[in-house]
Amino acid sequence: MHPIIGYLIAAALFGIGFYGVLVRRNILLILMAVELMLGAINLILVTTDASVKATTGQVFVLFLTVIAAAEIGVGLAIVLRLFREQSTISIDTVDVTTGTMPDLDAEPPRSDT
Amino acid sequence: MSGTDVLLVALGAITLGGALGTVSARAVVRAGLWLVVALAGLAGCFLVLRAEFVAWVQILIYVGGVVVLLLFASMMTRAPVSGGELDRPRGPGVLVALGAIAGLSTLLVQAFGWSKVNQDDKDVGTAERVGDALFRDWVLGFELLSLLLLAALVGAIVLSRAPAAKKDDA
Repeated sequence: MHPIIGYLIAAALFGIGFYGVLVRRNILLILMAVELMLGAINLILVTTDASVKATTGQVFVLFLTVIAAAEIGVGLAIVLRLFREQSTISIDTVDVTTGTMPDLDAEPPRSDT
Repeated sequence: MSGTDVLLVALGAITLGGALGTVSARAVVRAGLWLVVALAGLAGCFLVLRAEFVAWVQILIYVGGVVVLLLFASMMTRAPVSGGELDRPRGPGVLVALGAIAGLSTLLVQAFGWSKVNQDDKDVGTAERVGDALFRDWVLGFELLSLLLLAALVGAIVLSRAPAAKKDDA
């Protein structure tokens, strides 16, 4: 097994994800491209593990997977809120300087009143 | 080229094809489905590299969770999901991406060359070995990540709560 094959696939995958981040306008598509870049990092770690016969890289892949899941959860919450306030998720038209913050002291809406 | 190399090249080609489809699809849902192809191919690469536990986690979390979340979000935002407004001009992006690929490839080829390793340790990536490392050496990181995940989920709930102004209108 030649590790360079895995490394080169990872490099190409990272570049493709980078292209997606640069070119796309829709935030959802940018998040997908970020997932591709994270996949490239995971492939680097796994390939390194295969070439030195260790498990540390795989543990870090699991950590990265959890971080990516957290990132996508918060990212999609931000996207949904952005769409509710501005009716767009195109990064060229969205205005991040205005908007409302969630009112944390407000009573949550009750169903019985 | 051994059989492992051929398999890795083939699965890598599937992965890169799916990735290209993801960044060039003309509709958000199609991009999400191409992302499934890319991530499944990546899981296949992990299997060939004998990281079987990580490969199944990849299928479960990414293909089963992340892509479904992205597709749901594309439904809930009802934003323009197709057409020419999806992309910026491509020229600069292609240049920067090709530069990144060339730079990274040069770096990696210089570092590793055509070195060869033999995969005689067959169960290096089983759940037993990975779990052993995870809960023996990296248990602090594991606990910290559980806190991070909790904080992220609470943050997501707070962010997606309806604005307070809506309550006054009602």
